[in-house]
Amino acid sequence: MQIEGTYDLTSGRGLIACPRCDALHVEHDLHAGETARCVRCNAVLASPRAGAFTRIIALSFTTIVLMLAAVFFPFLRISRSGFGNETSLFDVALAFSHGPLIPLTVGLLGAIVGLPVLRACLLVYTLLPLSRGRPPRAHAVGAFRLSETLRPWSMAEIFVIGTTLALVKVGGLATISFGPAFWAFCALILVNAASNVFTSATTIWDAIEDGGAHTDGRELLRERPE
Amino acid sequence: MNDSPTNPGHDHNAEHDAPILTAHRAGLIGCRGCGRVWPAAEETCHRCGAGLVPPDRRSLNGVWAWLIAGFIFYIPANLFPMLRTSTFGGLAGNSESTIFGGVLELLHYGNWFVAAVVFTASIIVPIGKFISIAWLALVAGRPATVHDAHRRLVLYEVVEFIGRWSMIDVFVVAILSALVQLGFVASIHPGPAAVAFALSVAFTMLSAQSFDPRLIWRGLPLRSRKDQDHL
Repeated sequence: MQIEGTYDLTSGRGLIACPRCDALHVEHDLHAGETARCVRCNAVLASPRAGAFTRIIALSFTTIVLMLAAVFFPFLRISRSGFGNETSLFDVALAFSHGPLIPLTVGLLGAIVGLPVLRACLLVYTLLPLSRGRPPRAHAVGAFRLSETLRPWSMAEIFVIGTTLALVKVGGLATISFGPAFWAFCALILVNAASNVFTSATTIWDAIEDGGAHTDGRELLRERPE
Repeated sequence: MNDSPTNPGHDHNAEHDAPILTAHRAGLIGCRGCGRVWPAAEETCHRCGAGLVPPDRRSLNGVWAWLIAGFIFYIPANLFPMLRTSTFGGLAGNSESTIFGGVLELLHYGNWFVAAVVFTASIIVPIGKFISIAWLALVAGRPATVHDAHRRLVLYEVVEFIGRWSMIDVFVVAILSALVQLGFVASIHPGPAAVAFALSVAFTMLSAQSFDPRLIWRGLPLRSRKDQDHL
């Protein structure tokens, strides 16, 4: 363990580099509710929130339950001249399942359903032991890194906006009504946004490290005089 | 050692024009995943396991490669039809519309709002993104003033944020094709352009992600003051 506020310019101990502009900062333990920003580019370096881990876990479980509802309940219903069609999320993705469009189906299903669920599972896996003060699981480091990498590819909110656009587009053509899955999806967007507010990557990395992940190699670095 | 590292907790009002010690200048390397700082010789971050990459122009090769791939796929995305519509079993006509054709069609029906959104998401944003990333990659690491650097960073953040939203047109096509399956009355099928467009968006996202924003700050005249030591 290092002493608060001390740093070493040869080994990098006690320092943080801004991921946007590389400016060096001295690492301090922040209180819940504080936000550390880069002095040069104003990027958020850390923003711990009280009870964040428990809330992220709760929100992740909510995501999984809502996604189950969103996948299996009917999404939209269209009718015109006595012909009707009810569509669920799977139908939407399967719309591309003709011949050469199959890879796109897989990609779309992944972006809409798979990645949000996978990210929720990874976050629970990483944070559940930490929130109870236990050491992190063996693959917590890899799991959280994967979750952060996948963040931009999880596109549920874009899908919902796309749905509204599509509705405006065919609105004049036929009658359309929403199914329960549509509302589940809207709730999912809010849950996701709330989860992002509580997620501070630096704070979680610190927690994994302090929880005794075996990956911390700082002790192995040769001590040199400053 | 008069330019000691700055402090996140207490220096909110520090003057931004003052030279700032970066990890690279200090002979260290910062992890882009978790922020931990390591000696320059390290290759992976021991905390988060991410690879450590020095902020130099070599990383721009990836940016260019993905950008060119994205641009190549943007061409068929515009030439081939995005949607195939058939009404009354083809009796009332089959129509195929490209991205631009679709926008014109929407305008023709007076659907200004959707036309504007589709035009923005599928034409203005992708082209703006190609130009922005190419410009960022061209000027990366070149001398700039602090003001320039801040402008470039804003541009980078806009490109990074807006990139995924181009996917919206692909989702619209997917929803329409799943929903409008009214047998004889009307049916809509996706065209090959949908795949090309989705790939183009994904490749441009990868291009923006491979761009290292630390390069924006590399060109700053950090050594402008004579009294800086040579850390």
